[in-house]
Order: sequence, then C-alpha cells, then structure tokens
Amino acid sequence: MNWQWFHRLSSPKWFYQISGSLLPWFWGISLILIVAGLYQGLYNSVIDYQQGSTVRIMYLHVPTAFASMMFYVVMAVAAAIGYIWRIKLAHMAAVSAAPVGAAMTLLALVTGSLWGKPIWNTWWVWDARLTSELILLFLYLGFMSLHQAFEDREVGDRAAGVLAMVGVINVPIIHFSVEWWNTLHQGATISKFEKPSMDPSMLIALLLMIFAVILFCSAVMMYRMRNEVLSREQSKSWVKEVIGQ
Amino acid sequence: MSMSEFLDMGGYGLYVWSSYGIALLVFGGLFVGVKLQRKRLIKQLRRLYRQQAKINTESQQ
Repeated sequence: MNWQWFHRLSSPKWFYQISGSLLPWFWGISLILIVAGLYQGLYNSVIDYQQGSTVRIMYLHVPTAFASMMFYVVMAVAAAIGYIWRIKLAHMAAVSAAPVGAAMTLLALVTGSLWGKPIWNTWWVWDARLTSELILLFLYLGFMSLHQAFEDREVGDRAAGVLAMVGVINVPIIHFSVEWWNTLHQGATISKFEKPSMDPSMLIALLLMIFAVILFCSAVMMYRMRNEVLSREQSKSWVKEVIGQ
Repeated sequence: MSMSEFLDMGGYGLYVWSSYGIALLVFGGLFVGVKLQRKRLIKQLRRLYRQQAKINTESQQ
C-alpha cells in the first residue's frame, strides 16, 4: 500500500502552505455568517411565547455548547493519532484545539447562567448537564497546564494526550445527561432524525450561528497551529525563509 | 420597533446584552490572542536567527 499521501498530509510544511491560502476564506465566510446570524437572531426572529426575548441567548448558548464538545473530540482524536502514529502535526492540532474549546466551554457556561437567572430563577444548579459541562472546562484546563508542565514539548504532548483521550468519555455523558438524569436543563430541540420543534426564523438564526462559531473557531485553531509549526520547526531552512521575509 | 424597545429586549435586556457582550470579548480575545502570539514568535525567531548568523561568521574568522 502506498502511504505517501498520508505523510504528505502530515507534513508541517505542507500544512503551513495550504492553511495560509485557506485562512482568508475562513475568516471572511465566518464574518459574513456572524453578521447574518446576529441580524437574524437579535432582530429578524420571533420570540418564545413563554421565555420572551431571553430565547435570543440560545443563538450563543447552543453554538458554543456544541463547539465545546466538538473541539474536545477533535482534540482527543488528534492526540490519539499523534500518540499512536507519532505524528507531530497531530499533536500540534491537539494543543491548538484546547484553548478554543476551553473558551467555548466558558461561554456556554456563562450564557447558560445568564439565561438561567431569568427563566429558572437561579444562576447555577448542580445538575447533571451543568456539572458535566463544568468538568469539560476542567479537562481543557488540565490538558493545557499538563502540557506546559514539561520541559520537553514531546513528553508534554504524550502526557496531555493521554488525559485528552481518557477525558473523551465525558462528551457522551454531557450529551445524554438530560436523558439519563432528572435535570432542569431541557432536551435537544433539533436533531438529525426529527423535524425541529421551533419556528423557522429561530432555526435559521440558530443554524447560521452554529456554522459561524464552528468556522471562526476552526480559523483560530488553524492560525494557532501555524504558530505551533513555526515554533517547533524553527531549525528548518524553510521556516527561516518564511521568517526572514 | 423603536431603538429603546430593541435595547430593552422585553425587559430582559440586561441578560441578553451581557451574553452578547461577553461573547464579543471572548471571540475578540481568541482572535487577538493568536495574532499576538504569532507576532511575538516571529520577533523571537528573528532575534535567534540573527544571533546564530553572528556566531557562524565569528567562528569562520
């Protein structure tokens, strides 16, 4: 079997070049989606008959919560690929996904709190969904501090990678927490298999914001990975050429 | 809808606008954070390469 394509894909130099031409598109399209999503979410959509305008917090809360779990899976899969096949670029991806995921987890918690106060009459409850999301934040923070704790970056990659892989068990727990335990938090409103139970104007706003957040976070992660490539490959002649310009 | 009605958000303005304000700070922070990281890194690498070049020319003399 020919593995050349695999090695090419995992080459830091190749990644640096291809990501450089992709990034402007990522920034541009995510900006357009954010503007459209904000217009639709804050202005052009109906409000909930019980929750009133607080429902507009959903257009931040759901996308950031989704991204918080998605980027954890990305981080864990990247760490596993790096661990098993010893691919440097995969470890760089894992390290770059962590701060983005942590930021999204923080936002999901804060927007949830600001939504909970007027609707549940409390900022916080120790129920399954909220607690497991808080654990997700600690997993991200644990990954980042463990990675920084080692003098040798490659040892840090592997140690923090193990934490990322073990912690991935928390992601399905977050997802199913609202079904497995009694909780204040509501269940999913949109799913792949059923017709969504919300007004089309709300659904458009939500989908726009979900794509906007995912694309923006991917751009930040890609940018971060480029920094990581330059830093780790600093002794290579092609990096010296890039920096020298 | 008037501007003040829009800002009031049916009495929930404080919660809605703080959510969007904090989100703006976090997304802005991510963006500025990676840009600054790159700037610092390039500066640091340029200095390193200059030092290496200096050592190389000195050792040749």
